[in-house]
Amino acid sequence: MAIALVLVLIVVGSVLFHFLSPWWWTPIASNWDYIDNTIIITFWITGVVFAAVVLFMAYCVFRFRHREGNRAAYEPESKRLEWWLTVVTAAGVTALLVPGLFVWSRFINVPSDATEVEVVGQQWQWSYRLPGKDGKLGTSDTRDVTPENPLGVIASDPNGQDDVVVEAADLHLPVGKPVKMLLRSIDVLHDFYVPEFRAKMDMVPGSVTYFWFTPTKTGTFQVLCAELCGQGHPLMRGVVMVDTEQDYLAWLGEQQTFAELSAPQQTGSVDQTPRETTASGSKISARLETVEAR
Amino acid sequence: MVDITPADAIPPAEVAEVELYHPHGWWTKYVFSQDAKVIAIQYSVTATAIGMVALVLSWLMRLQLGFPGTFDFITPEAYYQFITMHGMIMVIYLLTALFLGGFGNYLIPLMVGARDMVFPYVNMLSYWIYLLAVLVLVSSFFAPGGPTGAGWTLYPPQAIMTGTPGGQDWGIILMLVSLILFIIGFTMGGLNYVVTVLQGRTRGMTLMRLPLTVWGIFTATVMALLAFPALFVACVMMLFDRVLGTSFFMPAIVEMGEQLQRGGGSPILFQHLFWFFGHPEVYIVALPAFGIVSDLISTHARKNIFGYRMMVWAIIGIGALSFVVWAHHMYVSGMHPYFGFFFATTTLIIAIPTAIKVYNWVLTLWRGDIHLTIPMLFALAFIVTFVNGGLTGLFLGNVVVDVPLSDTMFVVAHFHMVMGVAPILVIFGAIYHWYPKVTGRMLNETLGQFHFWVTFLGAYLIFFPMHYLGLMGVPRRYNELTDMTVMTESAQHLNSFISIMAFIVGFAQIVFLFNLIWSIRHGREAGGNPWRATTLEWQTPQTPPAHGNFGKDLPIVYRWAYDYSVPGAKEDFIPQNVPGSFGLSKEPA
Amino acid sequence: MSVVLVFLLVIIGFAGWWLSHQRLMAKPWLEQGVIGDVVGMEGSTLPTAKIGLGVFLAVVGCLFALFASAYFMRMALSDWRPLPVPRLLWLNTGVLVLSSIALQCASVAARKGQIGTVRLGLATAGLTALAFLIGQLMAWRELTEDGYLLASNPANSFFYLITGLHGLHILGGLVGLGRTAAHAWNGAPPERLRLSVELCAMYWHFLLFVWLAIFALLSGWAATFIDICRQLLT
Repeated sequence: MAIALVLVLIVVGSVLFHFLSPWWWTPIASNWDYIDNTIIITFWITGVVFAAVVLFMAYCVFRFRHREGNRAAYEPESKRLEWWLTVVTAAGVTALLVPGLFVWSRFINVPSDATEVEVVGQQWQWSYRLPGKDGKLGTSDTRDVTPENPLGVIASDPNGQDDVVVEAADLHLPVGKPVKMLLRSIDVLHDFYVPEFRAKMDMVPGSVTYFWFTPTKTGTFQVLCAELCGQGHPLMRGVVMVDTEQDYLAWLGEQQTFAELSAPQQTGSVDQTPRETTASGSKISARLETVEAR
Repeated sequence: MVDITPADAIPPAEVAEVELYHPHGWWTKYVFSQDAKVIAIQYSVTATAIGMVALVLSWLMRLQLGFPGTFDFITPEAYYQFITMHGMIMVIYLLTALFLGGFGNYLIPLMVGARDMVFPYVNMLSYWIYLLAVLVLVSSFFAPGGPTGAGWTLYPPQAIMTGTPGGQDWGIILMLVSLILFIIGFTMGGLNYVVTVLQGRTRGMTLMRLPLTVWGIFTATVMALLAFPALFVACVMMLFDRVLGTSFFMPAIVEMGEQLQRGGGSPILFQHLFWFFGHPEVYIVALPAFGIVSDLISTHARKNIFGYRMMVWAIIGIGALSFVVWAHHMYVSGMHPYFGFFFATTTLIIAIPTAIKVYNWVLTLWRGDIHLTIPMLFALAFIVTFVNGGLTGLFLGNVVVDVPLSDTMFVVAHFHMVMGVAPILVIFGAIYHWYPKVTGRMLNETLGQFHFWVTFLGAYLIFFPMHYLGLMGVPRRYNELTDMTVMTESAQHLNSFISIMAFIVGFAQIVFLFNLIWSIRHGREAGGNPWRATTLEWQTPQTPPAHGNFGKDLPIVYRWAYDYSVPGAKEDFIPQNVPGSFGLSKEPA
Repeated sequence: MSVVLVFLLVIIGFAGWWLSHQRLMAKPWLEQGVIGDVVGMEGSTLPTAKIGLGVFLAVVGCLFALFASAYFMRMALSDWRPLPVPRLLWLNTGVLVLSSIALQCASVAARKGQIGTVRLGLATAGLTALAFLIGQLMAWRELTEDGYLLASNPANSFFYLITGLHGLHILGGLVGLGRTAAHAWNGAPPERLRLSVELCAMYWHFLLFVWLAIFALLSGWAATFIDICRQLLT
């Protein structure tokens, strides 16, 4: 008997928790409210099914619990009922699948006016590369990675010379413009994940993956790594700032291009970049050590 | 309609073809035994023991997550070793071994009316290789560098690199060797389970008269035999990559500023192989649970399982379909995006036979005579958690919804609910149900009630709210959920609550273990058929069943496994080996 | 993963054929009494050991199908350099065919009860299988001496891995063959010997088939064949 009551309480409690608890998704900051809408549809359909099944069960337990002299009915099957349930389920599943696939096709087809931004993951930091004035990213190869060329840009490719390299620092994006994130890793799997943007994709060493989105709100957003990448995984954080067009251009103006970064080294003067790399790299390992030392 | 042969016209069943190995001494009777029932108990005890290790590991993880910065000894390195070992042990060494090696060994011969498995010697070897696999796994805790911390998915390249605990030490090697051993051992056992169902059935036991438990375990074993080779291939290739320096999965890599002498390999290839095993594995655990829970519900509701044929077809359908859905674990892995359309469709299609099974369970309750025994309570709890976990699977299977939710706590909550809590509730129900057959005594009812309520409600309270953490964007596999914008203060309180519930639920399992041991001597005498069930294992001449199971003559089967409350019959159950015609002999109008 | 999916389709087809004879559409609650005698559905009339071996071979087949799948997927990447197939493999193939034929003869002789021929067949099969293994080892050595090392290219890695695994299966078969030979020389009951020899023959034929598939795979014909199929389809 208690179980019938508890089953009802579970349904009521779960529904109340869903609507009343403070734990809900972060306010969206990209165009992917389509995804949020699909989730809402899914919540409704699955919620109704969950409540219906569990409440029906609670009723059965209450109504048909054993009492002296009771005998169960004999009822091997009911073809009609089973077919009906199958059809209704199939309809429910279709109602989930169709919008889902529709949004997926949007998700994988990048609009032609999207600008490309490259994200490079490595244990355990994020770097970025933006196309320069020519609007094209130069080719790259992990085998070309050196302390002077941390992203492995192929120096002989003229398209790469004016690329803006942002190593282990914040990424800025202009609001309202679609971006195609080209994702690359030089060591293990990573995953570029900003909860507010909803989109994410693994970065696979040896290949380039992508996703696209349009930032819709200015502000500062935290980047998390969402694919286990070794013991520094939880410390692999980054920052994306979505700026107004003006702020974005101002920031862009301060950045160095690939050619500028490799130039001073050719003349033999101070090599700032590599020191910076090791600095940020050792920062992480220092953090790891302190965590371990605790 | 088949002719009904009068019972006395049938000659007694002949002794099965199997040449039974008759043990002579203590060693061959209890240790190197070839009796499936002893092997079943050996499997169960080993799986439970290693499962307790995994339970303790989960406590340690929850300590760290619930109270960050409080427990210094849980370093990031240790944390990743804990999650990896917890996941691998629970999925492979506990659930797979317990359902197939434990329940499969005990129930298949008894339920199909056989004296033993068809290849008893191979069956014995299966257990000892399994034990060896477990020992190799445990040894990695003591190896230099500790066990691997690569996550239970063991994704390369990180699994075999220095940035991962055990990656360049012994941890990953021992893990791979242990898995390879497990697969070899399992294949030996699996051959037995399959061929015993094919060839060992007693006279009259047609496929459509098998209890659903046997159907579930049988189909799961067939799937496992075809799916485990994928894990075997992946493990062997990774072992080559790690030990012999090949590049099956290793692309060009710069590790901490240094070029590794590797190149060209594909991490995605490993993921395909892994999930080609990994997805069927979910159903390898689920199908035996489906089968067992069907029998629990039917027996304790005193009513035939509703839609038996549909249940059988659904099991077969799910088994076949589960081989073409594997890449739904890889929607955000960077594989070709067009695969998403195909795998989302197949994944959601598999929801239909699964839903039918759920409907048929609850429809069995309808107009039943529900005895709220502990096995029944666990069965009801299974339905709640399985429906909950199954429905969240519709989120993750629907490719675009998976994008924001993948690799968050939502996934953790989903798979714990659907393939952790739900099957384990069935295991508990099944233990309360069959313990009287195994030992001859009932488990203590009061302790059982306590165990049930704490486990069911506690587990629901752990994993239901956890979905919402994932929805907020809290990622999984983080040992520190601090300094994170998505992790609000209230969410951290929720996390602490989840941890506390985890300790309480874990404690209840210790009570359960105590009950298991205590009742062997002090439980109430059960008699041969305490639940008044129809299936053959309850009709053995001795309880616990003796060597050879059925005494001099094997039983003859005259009816299906679900003749409960047949109109016209005096009792509310008719065992499968009772001749005579009752009830409906014509299609109901 | 297409190779293994095709393999699974074959298995599913076989399972479906078998299930279709098991009256899955029957309504079991309407059937009381012994029905096994009427339709003979308590299991196959084949010896249980043969069915067991059949299931095991399906698992082994799945294993090699998966290797083939992995082979094709890895092959598509840019660093793949096919290695020249040693001529010796042709000879080895011939030896393995001989081995299979010898066992087939032994199996026929066992059915007729000619114990002398059985012994001859078993001995020939064992020796030729050993010769095959030695031949494979020589092929490995030849490749290693020519600089095709295990880790230097994925094509080499696959070559050693797959041939090695196949060799291990032959080695396992030799253990079974040894036991059968012991039966043949110690005068085991003819029924038992016959089954034993037939099981060996079955295993040998299967491994020969697997070897031919592997040979086609490693020498590149399988890839060419698939290319042609693909072109025909598009």
